[in-house]
Amino acid sequence: MVAIPSRHRSLALLAGVLLAQILLLAVQIKRDSRGRLIRVWAISTVTPFERVGAWSVGKVRGVWHHYFALQGTSRENETLRTENDALKLSIAQLQTKAAEADRLGALLNFKTLNEKVAMVGARVIGASAGTASRTIEIDRGERDGIRRNQPVITPDGAVGKVIEAYRDSAQVLLLTDKDSGIGAMLVNSRIQSPVGGTGEPMLTMKYVANDDTVKAGEKIVTSGMDKIFPRDVPVGTVLEVKQGNTFKQIRVTPAANLDRLEEVFVLLTQAPLEFQKEAEAESAPAQSVPAETPVTAPPAAVKP
Amino acid sequence: MNDTFELRSGDTHIEVHKFFPGAIAGVTIFALVLQAAFPVYVHRLDFLDLPLLITIYFGLSRRNPSTGLLLGTTIGLLQDSLSGPTVPLGLYGIAKTVVGYLASSIGARLDTEHPLARFALTAGFFVLHQAVMVLTRRLLLAQPEAWFNMHLVVGAALNAVVAVPLFLLLDRLRRSS
Repeated sequence: MVAIPSRHRSLALLAGVLLAQILLLAVQIKRDSRGRLIRVWAISTVTPFERVGAWSVGKVRGVWHHYFALQGTSRENETLRTENDALKLSIAQLQTKAAEADRLGALLNFKTLNEKVAMVGARVIGASAGTASRTIEIDRGERDGIRRNQPVITPDGAVGKVIEAYRDSAQVLLLTDKDSGIGAMLVNSRIQSPVGGTGEPMLTMKYVANDDTVKAGEKIVTSGMDKIFPRDVPVGTVLEVKQGNTFKQIRVTPAANLDRLEEVFVLLTQAPLEFQKEAEAESAPAQSVPAETPVTAPPAAVKP
Repeated sequence: MNDTFELRSGDTHIEVHKFFPGAIAGVTIFALVLQAAFPVYVHRLDFLDLPLLITIYFGLSRRNPSTGLLLGTTIGLLQDSLSGPTVPLGLYGIAKTVVGYLASSIGARLDTEHPLARFALTAGFFVLHQAVMVLTRRLLLAQPEAWFNMHLVVGAALNAVVAVPLFLLLDRLRRSS
């Protein structure tokens, strides 16, 4: 029998592995299967490390701050100037903590405002391992009642939806992902049209006819037509409007800061939500939205 | 048994390196965890493809095409799995299989220890990796995707810059003969 040279063996292996993966792709497309088992194994392997990583980052941040504070304290005994420096550092620390408290306070206010709406708070522990998708991973999963297609929000507005729920974690498809879409409507004109991602930080509003009137600065909220998000959750603000072939090209700034997510809420029901009115009042004049235009859900809709 | 040995091809002598036990698996998992953590803690670093850099490094060092392509496949499929259900299993897998195979093949023929060689090879492999991904999307998934954009150039340059010190760091995991 003729022995296969080593180089040909590796070429044959390359061809075999590539063919297997092409078949794997074909199977996923044909059956709309997404290889859940392999994903569960991979997620289960990596999630504990991500949790440890998130915990370690928190600790390192704490040690970093305390290190500088202690350095300032030791110098404090020597001269008044160093005492002043240490106090300045303390102020900086307090400002950091105050900012964190503000952020957590906003989350608490939102939760209190919507106490009758079932929702789960979650911490973001990871993101997609590549630029091919825009997803985040959260530290709550099926054990906490998280299921696929549940909406994910922050007090600022819509974030995305749960695309996969595991035992202790879940993956969330952000609005900015190319495959993402959300039923939305313009607040002023009440024109309904889906808003989707492009893989970039901005969103696009599709299928608004050229003869409809849309102005930059107009607010966009969810329409509830996608049967995922409740109505009137802020989605974003129209940034730019251009005439297209058939439909307008509308670029939208997301309401939630999708690049800097640390905590989110997963809605367990489609009950309507109420968003804080102060934030609206502050942003409305700058973005030329008429003051009488309500962005929040009507009070009657908040009742359980 | 020697932990490093030489491949002889004509007048060239290329050293094949071995690593401490568990180093490859540990570095791979660490790279995947970091890749997932970057967008959360260090913004604007999503251009960095650490799993790709790991594939290239171990491919160039091990210099065995079979192990190089299998490592690329494993890392690529893990990256697919961690990228959410919108990324089909095999998208990164195919690209990293090709990169792993070629990195090992080139590593067996050229001396790739010099920082300049590593810089150029990483930039080239980054472009190749993106090209295979675009090809897979266009031909197999029927998804429109641009062949070229400025992100490709910036990504290739920045990954190559990061690769040079990273590879020097990973050299410390090699077992000396």
